[in-house]
Amino acid sequence: MPNIVVLVKQVPDTYSERKLSEGDHTLDRDFADAVLDEINERAIEEALQIKEAHDGEVTVLCVGPDRATDAIRKGLSMGADKAIHVLDDALHGSDLLQTAKVLAAAIRTVEDVDLVIAGNEASDGAGGAVPAVVAELLGYPQLTHAREVTVDGTTVKVTRETEDGLTHLEASLPAVVSVGEKINEPRYPSFKGIMAAKKKPVETVDIADLGVDAGDVGLANAWSTVVEAAPKPPREAGQRVEDDGDGGVKIAEYLVGQKLI
Amino acid sequence: MSTSFYNQEHAEFRELARTFVARAVEPHLRRWDADGLIGREVWKAAAARGLLGLRTPEEYGGAGVADYRFRCVLTEELSRVGAAAFASGLAINEDIVAGYLLNLGSDAQRRRWLPGMAEGEVVTSIAMSEPGAGSDLRAISTTATRTDAGWVVNGSKTFITNGGSSDVVLVAARTGEREGRPRLSLLLVPAGTPGFTRGRTLDKLGLHAQDTAELFFDDVEVPADNLVGEEGRGFHHLTHQLPLERLSIAWRGLSGADAALRWTLDYVRDRSAFGQRVIDFQHTRFRLAELVTEVDVTRAYLEKLVLDLNDGRLDATTAAKAKWWATELQQRVVSACLQMHGGYGYMTEYPIARAFADARVQTIVGGTTEIMKEIIGRALAADRS
Ligand SMILES: Cc1cc2nc3c(=O)[nH]c(=O)nc-3n(C[C@H](O)[C@H](O)[C@H](O)COP(=O)(O)OP(=O)(O)OC[C@H]3O[C@@H](n4cnc5c(N)ncnc54)[C@H](O)[C@@H]3O)c2cc1C
Ligand SMILES: Cc1cc2nc3c(=O)[nH]c(=O)nc-3n(C[C@H](O)[C@H](O)[C@H](O)COP(=O)(O)OP(=O)(O)OC[C@H]3O[C@@H](n4cnc5c(N)ncnc54)[C@H](O)[C@@H]3O)c2cc1C
Repeated sequence: MPNIVVLVKQVPDTYSERKLSEGDHTLDRDFADAVLDEINERAIEEALQIKEAHDGEVTVLCVGPDRATDAIRKGLSMGADKAIHVLDDALHGSDLLQTAKVLAAAIRTVEDVDLVIAGNEASDGAGGAVPAVVAELLGYPQLTHAREVTVDGTTVKVTRETEDGLTHLEASLPAVVSVGEKINEPRYPSFKGIMAAKKKPVETVDIADLGVDAGDVGLANAWSTVVEAAPKPPREAGQRVEDDGDGGVKIAEYLVGQKLI
Repeated sequence: MSTSFYNQEHAEFRELARTFVARAVEPHLRRWDADGLIGREVWKAAAARGLLGLRTPEEYGGAGVADYRFRCVLTEELSRVGAAAFASGLAINEDIVAGYLLNLGSDAQRRRWLPGMAEGEVVTSIAMSEPGAGSDLRAISTTATRTDAGWVVNGSKTFITNGGSSDVVLVAARTGEREGRPRLSLLLVPAGTPGFTRGRTLDKLGLHAQDTAELFFDDVEVPADNLVGEEGRGFHHLTHQLPLERLSIAWRGLSGADAALRWTLDYVRDRSAFGQRVIDFQHTRFRLAELVTEVDVTRAYLEKLVLDLNDGRLDATTAAKAKWWATELQQRVVSACLQMHGGYGYMTEYPIARAFADARVQTIVGGTTEIMKEIIGRALAADRS
C-alpha cells in the first residue's frame, strides 16, 4: 500500500505568451494562463497507476501562489486523494534550492512516505534539478528520468532513459522518482472526478508551519539571481533554393557549408 | 463568454469537455458524415468521462447535476468543432427523452432506461412528426389501441433524429378523441419489438452524420407499463417539456453562431485581397461588428433564460422567443460568415461550409419560426404576455 507524494508545479501555459516582470525578472504571473505542468500530469498518472495496482494513497504537493489551487484541483480531479498547498508570500522569487528545501520540509510532514514522484524538468524554469535536491535533502535514493516504474513490495525499479541510453535502476523505498515525457499518457478527469475533487482535503500551510525560516526563502535570499532577460531575437529568414533540376545538389552543398554532413 | 454566467466548476467542466471533443469527436467528424452515422464509440467515450446523464439523479446512474449550464458548456464545445449532428442527437437523449422519463416516467421506466443512457449504451428517439403531421400535431394519425396485455401501435413517423439506430423510441400516438380533438399518449417502443421497422436513413441537406429516419409501426404490441405519463394527456405532457426543448435548440443556435464568428475572424485576419487583410475592409469590419453585437445581445438574453430554467421559471412562450430569435440569428451569421470566406467557404473541408448546411434545419426543427411566432402572437392576442 504505497503512500505516494507527487510534486506538482503550476506553470505558464506553453501555448500562451510568457513574460518576465520588468523589475525583478520573476515570472509575470498576470501575463500568461497558468496550468498544471504537463509533465506533472504524467507524474500524477504514474502515481495513480501504482495506487490502482497496489492500493495506497496519493497526495499532491504544490508550492505556489493562490491560483495554484487550480493545478491542485486538477490533480485531485484526476484521482489523487488529498493535497498540500504551501502558500506564503515570503516564497515569491524563491529559486530552485529554496523551493526544494520547502518541498522536502512539506514531505516530512506526511507520515510514512514510500514514494515521491516528480516531473524530471518543469516546462518553465527547466532546471531539472528539484527532484535530485529533494532526494538529497530527505536522504532518499533518487531514480531520475524514469520511462518505466514498478513497485514491488519495498523496492522500486525504474528504467531510466537519457541520451546515453537505458539504465535499469533499483532502490529500496522510500525513494524519489522523476518521470520523463514517455512514461505514460495522462488521463483526463471525468465529471464525477471534478465534482468529487471539491470534497477532497487540501491542507494549506505556510513556511512557519513547516519550520522553514523566512530568511531562507524568497527573492532576496535566493542563491541564484537573474541578472538580465531579453526576448529571443526573431528568427532570421531561411535561405531559399529554387529547384532548377539541381535542388538536391544545392541542399547538399548547403548542409556541407553548415558542416552538417 | 461572460464571466458572471459561468463559475469555476463550469470552467473545469469546459476543460474536460474540450479535451473530450478534441480526442473523441473532432477526429471522427468526416468519417461520421461519410458513413451517415455517428456510431456508439463516442457515446461510450462521453459516458466514460461522465458527460452523459448530467441531470439524471445518481440513483439512476447519472451525475445528478440539474444546472443546465453544464449542458450549455458541452454544446458550445461541440459547436466549436462543428459537431452539429452529434450535438442534436445528444440533445434528444439528454434534454428531451431523459426529461420525459425524469418528469413523467415511472420508477420502473427510469430504472430500465436512464442508467443505460448515462452509460452511453442506450440512444433514444422522440417520434412526433409524421408524413402528414409536423407543425400541426393534431393531425397525428399513428394510433395506439388498448388490449388486455397493453397497447398496439399502428402508423408511421418521419424525420426522426437518431431514428436509424436508436434503442428505444418515445412515440406520440392517438389514443382517442374528445370533442372532435385527438387525445395523445406517449409510449416507449424498444428496438426489436415485432412490427417496428425503420426506413432508410433520409438523405438530407446537412447533418449528414445524423441517421434521421422514417419509422413504421405495424401492429406493434407493447406492454401497458410502456405508457409514459397519463393516457390521453400527451398534449399536456408535451407542453411541459417545451421550455427546455426550445431553449436547448436556441442554445445550439447561439453556440453555432459564435463558433462561425470565431472561424471567420481567424480566416479574415489571415486572408488578404487587394493588398490588405480581408478584415481591413471597412465592409468586413462593419458586418462583423453588427453580427458580434447581435450575438452578444442574444447571449445575454439566453443566459437569463437558462438561469430561469434552472429555477423552474421558464415558460414555453418565452422559450419560443429564444428559439426563433437565436436560430434565425444563426442563419444570418453563418451565411454572412460563409460569404467572408469567399470560394473557400463553399468547400466542405471548411467548417463554415458544413455549418451553413447543418444550421439550416434549426429554424424548422422543434417547431418552425412561424409556429414560434404564432405561439407568441397567440399569447399577445390573449393578453397573456
Ligand atoms: C433534421 C430533422 C430532424 C428532425 N427530428 C425530429 C425528431 O427527432 N422528432 C420529431 O418528432 N420530429 C423531428 N423533425 C420534424 C420537425 O419537427 C418538423 O419538420 C417541423 O416541426 C415542421 O413540420 P413539417 O416538416 O411537417 O412542416 P409543415 O408543418 O408542413 O410546415 C410547412 C411550412 O408551413 C409553415 N406553417 C405551418 N403551420 C403554420 C401556421 N399555423 N402559420 C404559419 N405558417 C405555418 C411552417 O412554418 C413551414 O414553413 C425533424 C426534422 C428535421 C428536418
Ligand atoms: C463553385 C465555384 C466555382 C468557381 N469557378 C471558377 C472558375 O471557373 N474560374 C475561376 O477563375 N474561379 C472560379 N471560382 C472562384 C470564384 O470566382 C472566387 O471564389 C471568387 O471570385 C471570390 O474570390 P475568393 O474566393 O478568393 O475570395 P476572397 O477574395 O478571399 O474574398 C473573401 C471575402 O473577402 C471579401 N472581400 C474581398 N475583397 C474585398 C473588397 N475589396 N472589399 C470588401 N470585401 C472584400 C469578400 O466579401 C469575400 O467574401 C469558383 C468558385 C466556386 C466556389
